[in-house]
Amino acid sequence: MSLLEVRDLSIAFGGLKAVDGLSFDVAEGEVFTLVGPNGAGKSTIFNMISRFYEPTEGKIFFDGEEITHLPAHKIAELGIARTFQNIELFDHSTVLSNLLMGRHVHRKTQVIQDLLFTRKARADERSHRRRVEEVITFLELEAHRDSLIAGLPYGVRKVVEIGRALAIGPKLLLLDEPASGLSVEETRDVAFWIEDMKREMGLTILMIEHDMGLVSAVSDRVLAVADGKFLAQGTASEVQSHPDVIEAYLGTGVNGEPELKKEEAGA
Amino acid sequence: MKVIFKKSYDRDIDLFKDRQTALRIGLLVLVLVLVPFFASDYFLAEATNTLIWSLAGLGLMVLVGHTGQVSLGHAAFLAIGAYTDAALMNAGWPWLLAFLTAGAVTGVFGAIIAIPAIRMSGIYLAIATMALAVLVEEAVILAEPITGGVAGVFAPDIAIFGISFGRYDSLPNFYWLCLAVVVIVTFGYANLLRSATGRSFLAVRDSEISARALGINVSRTKTLAFGLSCAITGLAGGLMGHFFSFFNYEAFTIIISINLLLAVTIGGLGHIQGAFAGAILITAVPQVLAIVRDGLSNIGVDLSGVPGLDTLVFSLILIGFIIYEPLGIYGRYLKIKAFWDLFPLSRRDMFRRQMTYLKTERMK
Amino acid sequence: MEFIQLIIGGVANGCVYGLIALGFVLIYKSSEGVNFAQGDMMMLGAFVALGFVNDDYFGLAFLPGIILACIVMGGVGYSMDRFVVRKIFGQPQFALVILTIAIGFVLRFVAGAIWGYSPLVLETPYAGLTFAFGGLIISAEDAVTILATILLTAVLWYFFAFTRIGLATQAASQNQLSAYYMGIPVKFLNSLIWGLSGIVATIAGVLAASKGTIDPNLGLIGIKAFAAAVIGGFGSLPGALAGGLIIGVIEPIAARYGPAGVSQTAPYVFMLLVLILRPAGLFSQITAKKV
Repeated sequence: MSLLEVRDLSIAFGGLKAVDGLSFDVAEGEVFTLVGPNGAGKSTIFNMISRFYEPTEGKIFFDGEEITHLPAHKIAELGIARTFQNIELFDHSTVLSNLLMGRHVHRKTQVIQDLLFTRKARADERSHRRRVEEVITFLELEAHRDSLIAGLPYGVRKVVEIGRALAIGPKLLLLDEPASGLSVEETRDVAFWIEDMKREMGLTILMIEHDMGLVSAVSDRVLAVADGKFLAQGTASEVQSHPDVIEAYLGTGVNGEPELKKEEAGA
Repeated sequence: MKVIFKKSYDRDIDLFKDRQTALRIGLLVLVLVLVPFFASDYFLAEATNTLIWSLAGLGLMVLVGHTGQVSLGHAAFLAIGAYTDAALMNAGWPWLLAFLTAGAVTGVFGAIIAIPAIRMSGIYLAIATMALAVLVEEAVILAEPITGGVAGVFAPDIAIFGISFGRYDSLPNFYWLCLAVVVIVTFGYANLLRSATGRSFLAVRDSEISARALGINVSRTKTLAFGLSCAITGLAGGLMGHFFSFFNYEAFTIIISINLLLAVTIGGLGHIQGAFAGAILITAVPQVLAIVRDGLSNIGVDLSGVPGLDTLVFSLILIGFIIYEPLGIYGRYLKIKAFWDLFPLSRRDMFRRQMTYLKTERMK
Repeated sequence: MEFIQLIIGGVANGCVYGLIALGFVLIYKSSEGVNFAQGDMMMLGAFVALGFVNDDYFGLAFLPGIILACIVMGGVGYSMDRFVVRKIFGQPQFALVILTIAIGFVLRFVAGAIWGYSPLVLETPYAGLTFAFGGLIISAEDAVTILATILLTAVLWYFFAFTRIGLATQAASQNQLSAYYMGIPVKFLNSLIWGLSGIVATIAGVLAASKGTIDPNLGLIGIKAFAAAVIGGFGSLPGALAGGLIIGVIEPIAARYGPAGVSQTAPYVFMLLVLILRPAGLFSQITAKKV
């Protein structure tokens, strides 16, 4: 059964159609990757699922329930977590409290209990901390637990953001370019984590990624989009060799795997 | 550097990070409790004033330092607190009830103000709150039956179970009362910061977009922050009214709003300690200047004919801080402390990237 | 007829608000922040002009005195950016708010220390003159204010639309970094804009002074000018002037036809309404952050 269903989704900014009648399904327990050239509308799709953007047309279903018009803060409660392309962490807090902020949807205390820090507030804090420690162990963030985000290197911050999303305890994880700007080793770590999240935690992952090495390694299915429209869908290799995809990246008449080469050159 | 071995999560949840810190804070409170036994009346009045400013600073700090919402209108909430408290007491209410009601009324008012204010950001919020302060000032003058209009209103002396806490006839008692309120509010504030509510404030301050993605209702959080901030400021206003005994709208002008914001900024945004540091500075500058002025007149330099000197000094200190230490007094203290803790291993750029808390860039 | 009379007075007042708001907008465009000292710069400009013109002080002729005052205040504005504001380049907007509030206090102290705190009158050659058109009576102060504002607006428009420096400034305000890379001296231009806003403030100050007395708290008019700038939406020069005129006209009408206390509050109420309905001002340039 599909966990996420996107039906004829469209959004227009002014006259520009950023996403145009796109439909896809993400099955429970799979890693589904969106690929496409810059400006293809991939992050816009994420932003509509996160309810930051209001779609002009179409519907989004999660777990059989329509979420097209829910307020943004209800999305995490349902079990959808996300990361951002350009890291959006809480820079002045420590890694630990960033992860704890991910536990917000599970809070059981009211403001007044927090003010008085009642027994229940303490118990709540302990349980959040236990859950967060699991995430810290999983992502090997022990060394950075009490460091301020502002002082951390880029690669670590990228991991912390994944950790914060995991702390929500989601069913569906949206990863927006988890490997961009990471070294080859760090990218390999991300690949392993994605595998583990899928196998051990039973997470469903919807990912945007340009690094075709990573995409091939972890994706069950890949959807290529260009100009907000459906281009091709299938396994990583099927999509990569699809003539429309090649044309979208390179124009006509050239063969090859441009994105992969670019990443290799950069790494 | 002292290394703390943590054997349980409670070590991170507890209010104080180790016994030494708890002892130090306890000692500080004890010293503050003992002040009336060795201080002159004049000094004690100043200390009381500092406590009340600290309380107001704590209120503003919730909003500016921890939720990232600028307010240039907090004098309005001081005024609402002061007039509500005075009016209720004049109507025969006992102090405690009037005082708490004043805080609650101000809090509710702040939460109502938040409904339009949460849609604004940065500079617009600052200007809107400033306009609000002007409007409240006018409203105070017009609402003569409650506020006494231009003439002002009298805040009756506090008495609890027949014991006087009057500003003039039993200043030590009034001082202890203020101290108790400050300690209780600080305790609640510190609790807030170590729990989910406080974290949601910080989340909204540092990245609204992330906060929403984590399931934090940004509007609700900002409304709550406004409410709490204004409630605390309202309590401070209530005490301030008693401190003045007799006051009119001029006690709560826009300049007070500005001074309060400047105080918490110099003190150090984002730290409870910053509110106290700022309050101490703003109440101490005129005192220190008076001493300097006396000293100079002894050697023949007369500064008594120069009005507004304390504002000038305060402004210059502020300019210095904004340029050279945007983290404020407490931020500078943390840096010096880190330097000595790590001596000789500290790096110059350790604090480089955590400049200031309020980011309201023009977004493109 | 009485209504038109009210409008004319309102427009003249509105010109002063508009000119201060213009200063806000100039600096907003260059430094991406709001100069809370703009009102105090206007106050100081008025006092410097008074210092040059009044017989008690230098006693120069009116026009040369005003020009000298403009030069002095241009220098003050330029130095404010060059020696103080530039040091916080790259810090958030809030830092500029705090910094300029403090600078405003300093300017107020300077004015108080030199000229004292009791109200003074700027001696103008056109004081007390009036023109009559049919049933309308227009005071020379109002006429000069309106004409000067029109003239200044034309000069500023020419400066930004046609001069090299003006065009470079426009480029810098749209994207400081790329302007910097293109070899535009962004820092110098920012200081220049601060100088320019000092001059605009002086003219606003002189016009305000000619309509009444001045004291070091004259700068509090700046709060009303905020309303003008907000209504205009900080990014737009014509918007600021329009906002000023709206505020200027609302005031006397509210005073005449509304209940007591309304004339003081009407501009702010109007501004708050604008902010509630359009949280970023009527001519907003702010868009949502992209993720």
